[in-house]
Amino acid sequence: MSTTTTDVHSHGEHGDHEHNPYHQHHFATMEQQFDTSKLGMWLFLATEILLFGGLFVGFGLMQHRYPREFIEAHEHLKQLVAGQLFPLYGALNTMVLLVSSWTMVMGVNAAQTDQKKKLVRYLVITILLACVFLVVKYVEYSHKFNDHLLPGMFYGHQSEDLIKGTHGYATFFAFYFMMTGLHGIHVLVGIGLLSWLVMRARRGDFTSSYYTPVDLVGLYWHIVDVIWIYLFPLYYLIS
Amino acid sequence: MSSHTESHTHHGGPKIYTANLLALLFLTVITVAAASFNFGSANVVIALAIATVKATLVGLFFMHLIWDKPVNAIIAIAGFLFLGIFLMFDFIDVGSRVNLQPRNMPNMENATPAPDTMNPLKTAPPKPLEPAPAAEEHK
Amino acid sequence: MERAVTGGARIGDRPRPKKNYLNETKGFWSWASTVDHKRIGIMYLVATLTAFLLGGIFALLVRLTLLTPQHTLFGLQVTAETYNRFFTLHGAIMVFLFIIPSIPGSLTNFVLPLMIGAKDVAFPRLNLASFYLWIVGAVMAVASMVIGAVDTGWTFYTPYSTTTSGTVTLMTAAVFVLGFSSIFTGLNFIATVHKLRAPGMGWFDMPLFVWGMYSTAVIQVLATPVLGITLVLLMLERVFQIGIFDSRIGGDPVLFQHFFWFYSHPAVYIMILPGLAIISELIPTFSRKTMFGYRAIAYSSVSLALLSFIVWGHHMFVAGQSQLATVIFSALTFLVAIPSGVKVFNWLSTMYMGNISLETPMLYAISFLMLFAIGGLTGIFLGTLSTDVHLTDTYFVVAHFHYVMMGSTVTAFIGGLHYWWPKMTGRMPSEKWGRVAAILWFIGFNATFLPQFILGSRGMPRRYYNYLDQFQPLHAFSTVGSWIIGLSLFISLGYLLASLRKPADAPDNPWGGTTMEWQTSSPPITHNFEDTPVLEHEPYDYRPKAVTH
Repeated sequence: MSTTTTDVHSHGEHGDHEHNPYHQHHFATMEQQFDTSKLGMWLFLATEILLFGGLFVGFGLMQHRYPREFIEAHEHLKQLVAGQLFPLYGALNTMVLLVSSWTMVMGVNAAQTDQKKKLVRYLVITILLACVFLVVKYVEYSHKFNDHLLPGMFYGHQSEDLIKGTHGYATFFAFYFMMTGLHGIHVLVGIGLLSWLVMRARRGDFTSSYYTPVDLVGLYWHIVDVIWIYLFPLYYLIS
Repeated sequence: MSSHTESHTHHGGPKIYTANLLALLFLTVITVAAASFNFGSANVVIALAIATVKATLVGLFFMHLIWDKPVNAIIAIAGFLFLGIFLMFDFIDVGSRVNLQPRNMPNMENATPAPDTMNPLKTAPPKPLEPAPAAEEHK
Repeated sequence: MERAVTGGARIGDRPRPKKNYLNETKGFWSWASTVDHKRIGIMYLVATLTAFLLGGIFALLVRLTLLTPQHTLFGLQVTAETYNRFFTLHGAIMVFLFIIPSIPGSLTNFVLPLMIGAKDVAFPRLNLASFYLWIVGAVMAVASMVIGAVDTGWTFYTPYSTTTSGTVTLMTAAVFVLGFSSIFTGLNFIATVHKLRAPGMGWFDMPLFVWGMYSTAVIQVLATPVLGITLVLLMLERVFQIGIFDSRIGGDPVLFQHFFWFYSHPAVYIMILPGLAIISELIPTFSRKTMFGYRAIAYSSVSLALLSFIVWGHHMFVAGQSQLATVIFSALTFLVAIPSGVKVFNWLSTMYMGNISLETPMLYAISFLMLFAIGGLTGIFLGTLSTDVHLTDTYFVVAHFHYVMMGSTVTAFIGGLHYWWPKMTGRMPSEKWGRVAAILWFIGFNATFLPQFILGSRGMPRRYYNYLDQFQPLHAFSTVGSWIIGLSLFISLGYLLASLRKPADAPDNPWGGTTMEWQTSSPPITHNFEDTPVLEHEPYDYRPKAVTH
């Protein structure tokens, strides 16, 4: 077993790479540092899965408790969205996020292959797609606000099919806003992180030997996509 | 640095990513199409199965799990596994409860609202719960 | 002390380095902005012990109120509301500010990287962020007490918590923040154990403390997010009445208990596994004997962590859960006895024929074995459906979890603190006073909590501020016991602080330990090791032949 690679001052001389400015002292090699960061990111993603998962479980149990009310609310959600029984906005947003995942991974690929301009371009497109997603979300939310299909005590919808005061409807829309809202917050955070990456990428921070932040933000962005992949059928398709 | 960069750049690549995107878009079309047919309770299963296939594709290729060290995939799977445990035991409970809602709840027999739904306990004091045959949940 | 030290140096042979992590830089800012895991560990130690003091004061007030059935305190009447606040603050502070963060944040932060021969934890800045999140959470929690009051108990059960006045929202927000502090700590340890082990150290060469803390970290990462979302739902239910937990607006109160215990049962193992981990270090060191059943103990830590996720329903046997679910949860609960038993039997086998020396840490370890056995076995009573119906919400439950949380975890924590105190500070605490305090602790603990088993089985309900006259002798006995505990802790605080005033006198390896943290100087240098430590033998190798190398 090698015994000298982790000495405080000698890491730069070991291995056949020159000293990288992003190399932290407690890692023996850049590869170890990269793998550790990635492992940490995956652990964080697991907590994200469980955080959203709690809401999914709550939704499932409430649907079990109020099956009829939830189905009626579902039907209503669909009708309101496009004026017909077709989940247009949800499907549109799914497409937008999937394409943004692709541009993100292409950006990571560009960073891995030292293509700085390409990296910046893909990151900017990803940000634009995230903005498109939020605009669609905004239009969708304003429909709900107009019709008073709001969570809990704010629920005030007065049409015949979803009467205020019946248990279940207000809960359905509470979950709708909590889950899409928490997801939307994650998209906002993602836009912030991507903008930070654009700034650093233009400065030339990322090379094929150091692109950890691009890779980790990429993972974050993909998990936001994965969560939407589950939210989409749950709210816009199943009935 | 050579070994490091090679191990991460020579996997994946634009062609695979683009093919993956096309597959994901195709599956989205499929799941929307499938939702317009009525398969009864299988609707949920079909939609979630397609969603899981999509999530797996994103994880394997966009998130590089297929080329990564297995520990990352194990962490991701553990997240879903423990979520599954949470979901399963909760449904064991609510699925086998005979008193899903108190019997005196007006909502119980008839889903149309009673005048005092917001405070059912006012109209009738709570009775001790018993596994009475009438206490079935509405379906 | 004729035993093997790897890495070339012999015990005490080395001159003490002039610079160590304590004096390399000076000033408040050098501590407040440090990313050194050792300094963060010390800061966590001070912070969590302050919380322990605060929670302990409320515990003494609770016991003092219960001295007589007249619920008076220093001659003043205590109202039910005041009493509710006392036990809520005691519980919430002890659980969220002390037991959960104490061992991971302080002792583990300090010794885990040393034990695996690393220079730091994987993410040093995240480590510091985790500490500051703890501070923010603690400030919010204390603010919620000062501004208003929380009287829900530490469990925040609905519908009471969604309808009571008071600052429950702020308190739950505080716990939410503390949850993220805990997640970041756990995440850091998992990454550290995976990636930063010394060259040559395989998974089964790690000290058992590391195995225990790794299992703890897995729970912290996988369970705490659910607590986060539960508290968010609770806050939204209070503020917006979303209709998920409060049956008045269509929710299901039992659902809250599912959500809460899906985190909080594993959280009980976040509390106990570090205790078990410390004992696994103390027993072989003070028995001067190779660990019996190393792998069995390692696996039992992991299996306890996994089992902790599938038994939460045993907190809800009489809460309106379905019968099927109670039977399943009861059956699964008994499984917990297996890995717990594996550990205890292996520790006892390690001690058997060992060369046991009864120094202060070992006295705590032996206390632990007895208290943990009582705490564990009474858990079986509570896991049994028929007896649980009788014992639910009585003092039997209070006594049971205090035997596990306090009798086991806190005992192990104090034992571990004495064990690593020379490494952390470079000073040996007074052995004489240490033994006095350890014996007082054991006596005081049993005097406080053994009577509560009897009280509970006779029907004394928990969380009541008065009681029938016939219970007074046992309650009074218990209150006197709480004073002995207080005295013991006061003595410990005294001689530990006194040891800081004398010049550094601790050798590098005062106890003859075999794990890597004893290879570096006491206190360690900032980068932990002068040369990269190399693993030359398995942990707990006390065989004589290891001396020659």
